Formats: sequence, C-alpha cells, structure tokens
Amino acid sequence: MGSRTASKDIITLRGSAAIVCEFFGYAANSILYNRGIYPEESFVKVKKYGLPMLLTQDEGVKSFLAGLTSQLTEWMEAGKLQRVVLVIMSRTTMEVLERWNFSIQTDAEVVEKGLIKEKSDKEIMREIQAIMRQIASSITYLPCLDEPCVFDVLAYTDMDVAIPFSWIESDAKLIENPQMVKLHSFDTKIHKVDTLVSYKNDEQD
Amino acid sequence: MDAGSFSSSSYSSGKVRSPSRAPLQDVPSSRPFLPSMRTFSRNPSSRNNGDRFIPNRSAMDMDMAYYLLTETKKEKGNALPASPSKEAYRKLLAENFLNNRTRILAFNSKPPAPSQPLFQEADVVSTRSVKPAKQRRHIPQSAERTLDAPDIVDDYYLNLLDWGSSNVLSIALGNTVYLWDASNGATSELVTLDEDSGPVTSVSWAPDGRHLAVGLNSSDIQLWDSTSNRLLRTLKGMDGTTGGARVGSLAWNNSILTSGGMDGKIINNDVRIRNHVVQTYRGHQQEVCGLKWSGSGQQLASGGNDNLLHIWDISMASANPSPGQNQWLHRFNDHMAAVKALAWCPFQSNLLASGGGGMDRSIKFWNTHTGACLNSIDTGSQVCALLWNKNERELLSSHGFTQNQLTLWKYPSMVKIAELTGHTSRVLFMAQSPDGCTVASAAGDETLRFWNVFGSPEAPKPAAAKSTGPFGGFNHIR
Repeated sequence: MGSRTASKDIITLRGSAAIVCEFFGYAANSILYNRGIYPEESFVKVKKYGLPMLLTQDEGVKSFLAGLTSQLTEWMEAGKLQRVVLVIMSRTTMEVLERWNFSIQTDAEVVEKGLIKEKSDKEIMREIQAIMRQIASSITYLPCLDEPCVFDVLAYTDMDVAIPFSWIESDAKLIENPQMVKLHSFDTKIHKVDTLVSYKNDEQD
Repeated sequence: MDAGSFSSSSYSSGKVRSPSRAPLQDVPSSRPFLPSMRTFSRNPSSRNNGDRFIPNRSAMDMDMAYYLLTETKKEKGNALPASPSKEAYRKLLAENFLNNRTRILAFNSKPPAPSQPLFQEADVVSTRSVKPAKQRRHIPQSAERTLDAPDIVDDYYLNLLDWGSSNVLSIALGNTVYLWDASNGATSELVTLDEDSGPVTSVSWAPDGRHLAVGLNSSDIQLWDSTSNRLLRTLKGMDGTTGGARVGSLAWNNSILTSGGMDGKIINNDVRIRNHVVQTYRGHQQEVCGLKWSGSGQQLASGGNDNLLHIWDISMASANPSPGQNQWLHRFNDHMAAVKALAWCPFQSNLLASGGGGMDRSIKFWNTHTGACLNSIDTGSQVCALLWNKNERELLSSHGFTQNQLTLWKYPSMVKIAELTGHTSRVLFMAQSPDGCTVASAAGDETLRFWNVFGSPEAPKPAAAKSTGPFGGFNHIR
C-alpha cells in the first residue's frame, strides 16, 4: 500500500475482479444495514473507500457473503458474470420488495487476450464512494420496509457456466411494475458496474 | 480493517503500479482524500460524482423487463395457444433475451433470516423503538370452523349466544340450550324447555363461567349450574313487576343479574337473596334488546326498540325509587332504529360503542361520563353485534342485509381492516372467546361460525403495563 501516490496504475483482470467483488461485498453489507434487514447491533463500523462502512458480525451472513463473493470472483475472472442481484423479500409472504441490480460489463478483449488496462485506484475508489453514498442515502426515497425481510443474491452468468455444487438455478424474482432508480456507475476499464435499484411501486397507500 | 469475507489481498497483488504519469490525470498529493464534490470543483474534467439521483432510462433494460413481465403473465394465464407466428416471435424473443444470454443462479444455502424473537408483538416492545418492524396481522378471510345451528330463532331482539370464562359456549336453539366446550369441541344439551315457557330468548354466563342465566319467553329466568347440569333457581318474572314479558337481554354484574324485558323494564336481580328484585330502571317504552355492564361495573348501557340508548349509573340506583329517582345518567336518541349492538371499550373505561338497526346502520361512540357522541359512521347495513378486540384497538361489527358480513374496524380511525363474509343471512349474535382471540358468530342461516379475527392465541401480549407508577408501592402504607 506504499505506492498510493502513484497516479497511474495498471490493472489486470484478476485485480479488477477483486475490486468488483470487494465492492459487492461492501455494498451488500451497506444495503443490509441501511434497509434494516438485520438488526443494527450486528454491524460494526470500518473505514473503507474513504467512508465509514458497516460490516455485519453475524456469522451466518458473513459466511454466506464470503462463499458468495469467492464464487463471484471466480466467474468474473472468467468473464462469465453478467449481473448480480440482491433481492429483498418479505419474510412472511416472500414477496419481492426490492432488487439491487449490479450489472457487470466485462471487456471481452481483456478476457481473451489477457490485456492490461490502466486506471488509478484512487479514481476507482472515488467512483465506488459515490455509489456507496447513494446506497446510504437511498433510504430517503425507498419505501419503508415495515415487515421483517430476508434477502437473497442472484447471479446472472453466461449459459456455458457449469452450475457449481452449492448453487441452483433460480427464477429472476422480478417485481411487477417496479419503480427504478439508477445509481452511479464505476469502471475499472475491465469491468463496468452499473447499479440500479428497483422497488415495489407503493402507490396504494 | 477488512471484513475477512472479501479480502483485498488479490486486489493489491493483481495491480502493478507504474511510476510513469499520464497527462491530465489527477494531480497526486499527500493530502487526505477529499469528498468528490470538492474534487469536482477543483478539476472540472473529472467525473461528476455528486449525490444526485437521475434515473437513466437508457440503462434500464426495458425490452427485457417487458418480455419477462408479459411472459410470466402468459404462463400464469395459460391462455389458448397463440398463433404460430406469435409463438415463434415469442421464442425468438426468449432466445435473444434469455436463453443465450443468461443463466440465473442462486446460492443453494440461503442467508440466515434475521434472528428475531418468536413472537412479533413482543419484539416490538422489547427492542428499542428504533426499528418499528410491526408485522401486519394476517386475518383469515374464511371461518375457522362452522357448526350447524338448526332452529335458531331468527329474531333481532334476542341474545342467544354467549361464551363464558371457562371457555364454554352456550347457544339457544329453539327451546333448547346447548353447551359447546371450546377446549375439546364437546357438545352437550343443558336443558330443553316445554312449549309453555320456551323458546329461550337470552343466555348469559355469570362471570365465574359456571352459572348460566337463561331468559325465557315466559318472562322467567332460570339459573343453571353448568358443571352439574342442575337448575339452581328460577327467577319468576310474574311475581315481580313484569307482566309476562319475554326476557330478551341479560347482563351480569357480579351477583347482580340484570334483565331487560319486552315491556321495556330493566330489573337488577340479586341472585343470592330471596326477593331478588333489587332495582328497576324505567326508561324504555319498548323491548330492551341490548344490555351491557361496563367493565368497572359502574355503568349499565341499555338499548331498546324505541331507538333509545340509556346509560344508568349504579351509584344513582336505589331499591325503592321515589318518583324521579333511578334516573338514567344519559339518554341518547341519536339512533334512528333499535339499539341492540352495545360494546364497552376494554381499554377506555368510559367509551361505549353502539350500533343501530336496519333504518339506522350506524356505529356511534359515546363518552358515557360526559354524554358526548364522539363519532358516528354509517356502515351501510344493519348492525347486529359489536365486539372490541381486547389486544388491539379494533372493533368488530356484524351486519345483516346485504353482505351479512363481519367488519373489522381500526379504532379510532374507523378504517376497515377486513370484511369477513360467509354467512348467508344476518349475523345476529357474536361472542368472544375468553382469550379474546376467536369470535363466534351465529346467524339466521342456522350456522355458528368461528373466526380467528383477533389474532392467534399463541401471541401473548407483552406483560401488561403495571399502572402503579413510580410511587405505586406507597399505596400499601395506608
């Protein structure tokens, strides 16, 4: 970490996948905290992306996310991951209330030819920071989750991906007639991640 | 500090830093990292990272979303096969949008559900009010149980159903009183009366849940011991002040059994003494069909076929009233039809709800201390019975034509929470289980239905707030 001051960094596919996965891990934690899926007490504060971030201390959630991100990394390094969706559902009815959509565009050339791209990690960090800020402030416009909720994560992969032992095929868990808000994007020059949150249209009340 | 779950080791190893500098890059400095807004103003060429949410339609996959939405609808509807060309087009769409594109995978092991106490209600109170995760109660729309009630007298002015504190339900069908034990579902016949004294016009459990008062068409009241199936006493209507008028309503207040007759007289009977008539309330000109003591036993509400609602205060009663005595505390003539449905609020001692008959259709709320009408709502249908939820601020009303429904209202907003339909004739009587959760309703369609409308019995209320206050202990000194 000594060479933080370097203005221009070289970035490989592996490094980019790691950044994206790490981003996803923090984003998932932030969503779980900010949307109140797990109790406030089960999170601790850490410094990341120049922001105070919250990480769950719940062993079950931690191991779920760890297992998830390691698999995502593997797919991303193969350039086969298209999208990761964090779905928030009502615990009682299993109705989908929110979908946090992280679509990933991979530079095909990099995967095929093993090219190396250049982008400073500071710039990437600034882009990620902007997304994290948006996630934290999303409570202001997202409808209240006034019932106990659970979450699940869906991974959209290419068709030629073999399904790992611990994974199953799932439906898309879509919301009918959703409201959508697009958040900022970030780009490692290898992976471009677009974040979009869609939520249940709550006009009835 | 890292979570450990997604370590940054591969992140740093994957990046090789180069010392060379490209033009127009952010000027490196040893200053701490600044928030994006500041950086932006300093260097206009950098990306705009402000905290604005600008929905970007171009980034949304509208084709995909449209396809998926219509696709699920089609599958659900399972409509007739569309034309071949449409089918082919749909397949093509699916191939383009789905099959060749994506495989959706989910982790086999699901994340743990947030750990929560078993009972949602308790959770709301026990955890700090940071997270108001109050679960909406599921209200079953259909009856939990339906029992036959043949020969039930379809008479609006009678009170033929009661649920006692020992969890036994009593119902009068014609000349017979049946007992139904809610704990084991056992039915037994208490008594069948002969044609001279029958049919039964009212039943009411004493507070002990053991003794049952049975009002008769002959103006007599029988007191039964339900454990030994023995007739303990008959309170003769003829030898008192009533003249053979049927006893359509009964209400207990400890050892006082209050009866309302067809002649409009209300009599307090002390069941322990030989001359049982202790007080008489005169105020109604026609049959008394609604009679309820308040929870404190201080006030009696009576409703009659003369559209009147009276509040009587026990402290104003005397055994030998001189003219002008035994006056009502309040007389309300706001209802436009007979007042049968009466319910005292369990959480506010001076609040009474009353419902009017077919010409009135309203539920009114009264402050019985001041005599003020707090609210009145038109229900659109005859109100036959009213019950308060003991655990929530909710009121249940039962109705006649046209829906024959039970309606659950939020109090005080009077927003309809649920409408329970099923009865095919007016729902004449309602009774609440001792735990306050289940409601039994008997209707002119000769059925007795049980509704789990006030929540499930396993959801206990958090320990009832002890109203002693911080200095409560001092009460014991004197």
